[in-house]
Amino acid sequence: MTEQVESVISADRSAQAGIERSASLWADAWRDLRRRPVAIASAVVIVLVSSMAAFPWLWTRTDPRDCPIQLSKATPSAAHIFGTNELGCDYYAMTIYGARASIIVALVSTSLVLLVGALVGMAAGFYGGWVDSVLSRLADIFFALPFLLGALVFLSMLRSHSVWTIVLAFAVLGWPPLARIVRASVLATKNMDYVQAARSLGASDRRLLFRHILPNAAAPAIVVATILLGTYVASEATLSYLGIGLQPPEISWGIMIAQGQSYVTSGYPHLLLFPAAFLSATVLAFILLGDALRDALDPKLR
Amino acid sequence: MSDVVLEVRDLTKHFPLTKGIVFKRQVGAVRAVDGVNLTLRRGETLGVVGESGCGKSTLAKLIIGLEKPTSGEILVQGQNLARMRGSALRRARRNIQLVMQDPYTSLNPRMTVGDIVGEPFQIHPEVAPRSDRRRRVGELLELVGLSPDHINRYPHQFSGGQRQRIGIARALALRPEIIVCDEPVSALDLSIQAQVINLLERLQEELGLSYIFIAHDLSVVRHISDRVAVMYLGKIIETGVDTEIYDHPTHPYAQALLSAVPVPDPTLRGLRDQIILEGDVPSPANPPSGCRFRTRCWKAREVCVEQEPALVEREGSAHPSACHFAEERDVVHATD
Repeated sequence: MTEQVESVISADRSAQAGIERSASLWADAWRDLRRRPVAIASAVVIVLVSSMAAFPWLWTRTDPRDCPIQLSKATPSAAHIFGTNELGCDYYAMTIYGARASIIVALVSTSLVLLVGALVGMAAGFYGGWVDSVLSRLADIFFALPFLLGALVFLSMLRSHSVWTIVLAFAVLGWPPLARIVRASVLATKNMDYVQAARSLGASDRRLLFRHILPNAAAPAIVVATILLGTYVASEATLSYLGIGLQPPEISWGIMIAQGQSYVTSGYPHLLLFPAAFLSATVLAFILLGDALRDALDPKLR
Repeated sequence: MSDVVLEVRDLTKHFPLTKGIVFKRQVGAVRAVDGVNLTLRRGETLGVVGESGCGKSTLAKLIIGLEKPTSGEILVQGQNLARMRGSALRRARRNIQLVMQDPYTSLNPRMTVGDIVGEPFQIHPEVAPRSDRRRRVGELLELVGLSPDHINRYPHQFSGGQRQRIGIARALALRPEIIVCDEPVSALDLSIQAQVINLLERLQEELGLSYIFIAHDLSVVRHISDRVAVMYLGKIIETGVDTEIYDHPTHPYAQALLSAVPVPDPTLRGLRDQIILEGDVPSPANPPSGCRFRTRCWKAREVCVEQEPALVEREGSAHPSACHFAEERDVVHATD
């Protein structure tokens, strides 16, 4: 009996709370995301990998650059749980320290590409006319450069290669496709009736763009951005493999994969498997989180 | 004169037709609205009817300020809306609001009902203090017959009729005097149409609103309108109180339009003087000289090619009609 009364009271209370809580799109999306196991798992993976990137000493006390050559290519054991590489470096420590380069390249490049692409695409789609013509032709010029070739040329012009020069190369070459996607969805959204309705109320361009157009045009860009995260981790590895990206003694998953793959068939598959597994898990986590985020931002799917 | 809330004078809107990509040059213009005069009084409903493409919706967009007119004046409380810019225009807009046609696309799917109905207060913060807004939104929802508990729901959780009510609540938020309804019921089921029409009538009585009611459904317009204007190719060709237009149409186009209204009684079918027009509506980019209807009119003479008929009272018409040969012809009632 008391239980029943209590449940009625609590239901009543939650109904009241329902009326009073501010229900913005992002607040609702956040509440929705917390209920998705996939989103939570992806977020946990991303947090773990980010903590490896930011504070590698939390994860290992071994110096990845302290390499006794007599331990070359040891298989996993209690002392070296991931084994060692051909130079005798502890592979677990290398994997932890390798996260930083990959995460920075992926996150910063994607953020820059998203920022530039979204701004250019929004301006071109929303204002149209000569703004659109100028920005779209500019995007076409950059679009004409093949990504990998462009990055090779860009990086070979620079004397020193660090994580930041790679980020710059990716950002310079990566924004045009995103700008095109954003432009197209802004064009499709800006003539919707609800945008016209807000305009007739006297809404400013900023309100139209950020409150009405962007939330309804963001989904394709979010999906592409999560795929880009994975692509950039892989591209960093490719450039390192081609000898134009990061170079040892820098440590990155890309370099480890590039070097480890040559020992796979000679009986040391762990040299490829560990960095590749970390890389795949990270990329997968980003993609799944992006997917969940896109769903959470669409009230129709709740 | 004081009870006139909206006056439209010689309003025109020409959309330029251009050629070329980089160096655009104008090769013509679509005359969507071409010299329209309207007067709207307090508490009155003015119906605007006409077939698709006659410029009804462009007229609505011009009146609420979504499009800038090519020429002409839109006078609200003595101020010309067509000339205003910036904050003055924003303030003036509070007085004229729009109810849109399609309730499925006119509400932002990613905003809650509370945000949608409350947005007018965010755009015009001087209307209601922040602390008061939530209560006002609840009141508005109640006013249009929705539960204030639904404030946190999203549009897709409502039916078409309920969505249209949300659209009406949004239009009412700023307490406008004039509401432009652009085909507000044509996307709804018949039973729901009646509910929404009755709601609009009740609100008009309670709040003293003036409506410009645009539709192509003649029976709906007759039901709600005090006065009716018939549009053809961007011009008003006949105007008057509803009984004048519906029972005594004098312009051939108005007669043809009315004769197409279905007869509810099947035994009377075929007994009515039905006019079936031939040909298509001419392109508004290249309208005919003189009378715009002459290409499809059975009364057309030489004078119709040379002289454009003015919208005035004539020998055969007690109310303004833009036809040189205006005369009554009963097309609505069945004859034995």
